[in-house]
Amino acid sequence: MTSTDVAQPGQGAPAATGAPALRFKNLSMVFPDGTHAVDNVSFDVRPGEFVTVVGPSGCGKSTLLRIASGLTQHTSGTCDVDRSSIGYVFQDATLLPWRTVQRNVELNAELQGMDKATRLAKTKEAIELVNLVGHENKYPKQLSGGMKMRCSLARSLVLQPKVFLFDEPFGALDEITRERLNDELLRLFQHEQFAGLFITHSIQEAVFLSTRVIVMSARPGRIIGDYQVPFDFPRQHDLRYEPAFAELCGRISNDLKDAHA
Amino acid sequence: MTTSYRSVDAGSAVAAGAALGNTVQALDVDPGAPPASNEPKYEFWKNAIPPLITFVAFIGVWYLYSWLKFDNPAQRRNALPYPHIVITEGFMPWWDDKNGFRPILGYMWPTLQITLMGLAISIVFGVFFAVVMNLSKNLERAFFPYAVVLQTVPILAITPLLTQLFGEERGVRLVVTVLIAIFPIITNTLFGLQSTDPLHHDLFTLNKVSRIERLRKLELPSALPALMTGVRIAAGGAVIGSIVADFFFVKGDKGIGYYIRTRQQRASERPEMFAGTIMATLFGVIMFLIVGWVTNRAIRNWHESAKKKS
Repeated sequence: MTSTDVAQPGQGAPAATGAPALRFKNLSMVFPDGTHAVDNVSFDVRPGEFVTVVGPSGCGKSTLLRIASGLTQHTSGTCDVDRSSIGYVFQDATLLPWRTVQRNVELNAELQGMDKATRLAKTKEAIELVNLVGHENKYPKQLSGGMKMRCSLARSLVLQPKVFLFDEPFGALDEITRERLNDELLRLFQHEQFAGLFITHSIQEAVFLSTRVIVMSARPGRIIGDYQVPFDFPRQHDLRYEPAFAELCGRISNDLKDAHA
Repeated sequence: MTTSYRSVDAGSAVAAGAALGNTVQALDVDPGAPPASNEPKYEFWKNAIPPLITFVAFIGVWYLYSWLKFDNPAQRRNALPYPHIVITEGFMPWWDDKNGFRPILGYMWPTLQITLMGLAISIVFGVFFAVVMNLSKNLERAFFPYAVVLQTVPILAITPLLTQLFGEERGVRLVVTVLIAIFPIITNTLFGLQSTDPLHHDLFTLNKVSRIERLRKLELPSALPALMTGVRIAAGGAVIGSIVADFFFVKGDKGIGYYIRTRQQRASERPEMFAGTIMATLFGVIMFLIVGWVTNRAIRNWHESAKKKS
């Protein structure tokens, strides 16, 4: 059922080593109303791996993340992950509008009781990492969509999580902003070496960001394609226009065509 | 038209704009120069002129009605006096122990006290009950119907009961004020608490926060705009409550309601009655404005509803 299709062994990717940071095994999820969201999904994400799940809307991609984070309980199978070290980036920036950028970035650390000196130091570092220096005292309503998303990223970065879950974080942004944030996210990924699980319905975004792309079918979501992405890190902006990149995108696109049928 | 102006260089655009007068403001040719509409003076008149026109029209209709309805000047004075009579005979003399403005001010003092205390009590208890009802659906089911009852019980009909329970002095005036003012605070705060963004709730869940922390750092701040809307409605209600209480409870410090009621009874004191009523109304308006100002101060940085002065 799962067609594993390894294009080429990954070369310049950050070394994906050690035990999986996140492991789904025969995971299924049936909602109380009978909706079969996820069907028998198994895969691992190791530290230094960036796995992206692409699939049509409503294929249970987001449900996977909610299960991984513990927000939703799955109905069968197993999900192994260290929940004390998870970063979760939502579809929406979910900034608290009454807090400034500075205070929003501090939020997770503050709620988890990190002492103030460390919190402030880590916050400063995170704000520098996402290029929001100089905007610390602005309120969310003064920020552009892209800046809000960076602020949201920084909020998770403060805790330096081992597992980073991204739930279509750039879906609402325009193409230009999205590509720039993709570049920046890759930089962060190389810098932090987390295990990344990213959800999107943009094939190009998936291929550009990931070390591995998993394709899911429409509901009930099951894995119908699995690709190692062979391109070297650091990846350049121009990678998007190379033939090998387009070819891989094309194959994933074909899988998705079948996914709807 | 807009596009054609965008294409010309800034200098000639400004010149063209000057020739066109204000219309140039609609075209964003020169982002450097602040548009004239933001000048404080202009802004003030833009806000002040429409209500002033309404006010003049209202006074006009008052004169007209009073003039058409009554032939006899004495009869007119004792029923619906002309507005200037309200000033000369109701508000003047300005500084006399017995008549005019000063005793009215004197009667305003207890009204002010009761109103502010009643509003403060309503805010404390209203927010408290809303928070309690927000804790669980069952608590909401248990209490909300009685919050509605508070609002719907005809307070004037139960004055004997209230007298029995709370006497006829300050206490009962406060109770009436709170009965009227608390409902909008409860409902608006509860609505605000329950409208907290579910994704924000998820975010807090992921951080494994305590119930108190969730309330303090998420739900209450997120409910603040709605809460303040409740306070604004309640402020007007509190003024009415404290004045109405004066009509029915006659012991203790008497407020402006007592002044109005006693002047109502004699036709010859009709200008005084109107003067007292106008003062009470003005007081309500001032309360409304103050709460609006406080609200704007509290949330202007972050909430869409708040006006930001540029």
